[in-house]
Amino acid sequence: MSFFDFAWQWLTTAGHWSGSNGVPARLLEHVEYTALALVIAAAIALPAGVLIGHTGRGSLAVVSLANIWRALPTLGLLVLAFILSGGAAWAWVIPLVVLAIPPIMVTTYEGVRGVDADLKDAAAGMGMTSPQVISKVEIPVALPLILLGLRTATIQVVATATIAAYISLGGFGRYILDGLATNNYALVAAGAVCVVVLALVVQFVFTGLARLIVPAGLRQRTRQS
Amino acid sequence: MHRVTVHRTLAIGLAAAAGLALSACGSSGGNSNPLSGGATKGSVVVGSANFPEDELLAEIYAQDLQAHGIKVTRKFNIGAREVYYPQIKKGAVTIIPEYNGALLTTSVDPTSTAATTAQVDGALRAKLPSTLEILAPSSAQDADSVTVTQAFAAKHHLKSIADLKPIAHTMTFGGPPECNTRADCIPGLKKHYGLVFKKFIPTDESGPVTITDLKNGKVQAADLFTTTPQIATDHFVSLADPKFNFAAQNVVPLVYKPGVDAKIVGILNAISTKLTTPALLAMDKALVVSHASYSQVAAGFLAQEGLK
Repeated sequence: MSFFDFAWQWLTTAGHWSGSNGVPARLLEHVEYTALALVIAAAIALPAGVLIGHTGRGSLAVVSLANIWRALPTLGLLVLAFILSGGAAWAWVIPLVVLAIPPIMVTTYEGVRGVDADLKDAAAGMGMTSPQVISKVEIPVALPLILLGLRTATIQVVATATIAAYISLGGFGRYILDGLATNNYALVAAGAVCVVVLALVVQFVFTGLARLIVPAGLRQRTRQS
Repeated sequence: MHRVTVHRTLAIGLAAAAGLALSACGSSGGNSNPLSGGATKGSVVVGSANFPEDELLAEIYAQDLQAHGIKVTRKFNIGAREVYYPQIKKGAVTIIPEYNGALLTTSVDPTSTAATTAQVDGALRAKLPSTLEILAPSSAQDADSVTVTQAFAAKHHLKSIADLKPIAHTMTFGGPPECNTRADCIPGLKKHYGLVFKKFIPTDESGPVTITDLKNGKVQAADLFTTTPQIATDHFVSLADPKFNFAAQNVVPLVYKPGVDAKIVGILNAISTKLTTPALLAMDKALVVSHASYSQVAAGFLAQEGLK
């Protein structure tokens, strides 16, 4: 039987769609982990990225640090956080936030930094203060890149939130880990398919979001680059 | 984005290929294998599996045999049972410290339901190939167990798994994911002791997640291997299993019969009579927690037991 036959067979069994181990419950948990990690990561990385991009100060240090962070082994970080926190149920937040910060911060920084200098000059010439330049010129112009960073981070976190199951939590990782432990490959395949589908949905949501909030004048440019 | 994806796919492919190449190296058993030299009379090859406890046991065998004037070649850290079992079967390794239950169900008879030490050893003696033999088992076991904290055991006067009967319905049990369905874990505890826990939480294989959850009370009982060093350092108590829910996992020397004589068998049997679970646990603790060397720990045990 192929991978998809396995997954299909499992996913089309009605009993697998209800209860605390059913797909809706696991989906809710998975989305919960992803959303919370992203909100925290964005709260740190967006302001930091805008500030560094605007001032140009500390950019080398911060961008280097963000890139080094990407090399941290997520599972190792999870177990470390779990042990150091004395087995806290929120230990999964730390590796996922660490994972999500670099793509958001680096693209935000690059987006803001890349805003045309003439544009900023013009804005200042019109009498805008520095905060006004940031909020009315730099952020809107950088928006396509910022959204790209958020999208990349979200997809990475959707895929990686499966590790929460390693510390006894739920989400789609539960199917993958339990399936591997019991040689139940249909369960593993179903878990993997669920994660992929969720990642695709995220991709569509962000594409739609970009249509809605990126200023019309910037959209054409985005598509070309 | 597409370029990045292509590169990543390529990288994963390369990594997988490298992994395959490496594992192919690990499992090649051809003539180029350094293990295929075999043993001559008066000298033996002591091998071990690829985890610390087995390597330590092999070092104990090796040191004691050497102290009795036998030439020993050490072939430690060979791999998993799937890798070293064929080696000892053809005599490339003479002696390997084994666990009787795991040996029986992994390499000799996967369908066996033998549970007690006597049953497991009986099944092994009946089914091992003619070139192989297990010697006398030691009382030391590295088996699955139901383990609780000392405080919890004292509070509820727990000595055996059977003592959990009145309180199981209020308890959360932690173990590796497969524990929930494996015949000797949650279903076995229900069948043999009538235990129905309030909740099962999937943790890991006797690792940091299980230990932390047990320590901070997220689970009140957990499936831990009986020689996990933290049982000693964190003051856990492994409950007795009078109905043999978990199959015996006694440490026992597995030998290639044509390669050993009565003197060697005598030396190995003397070690087995002194080897107990607490002694093994203490040695694992020295290895894993205090980072002592294999040869130090082995020499210490042999000196303490007056074997060397």
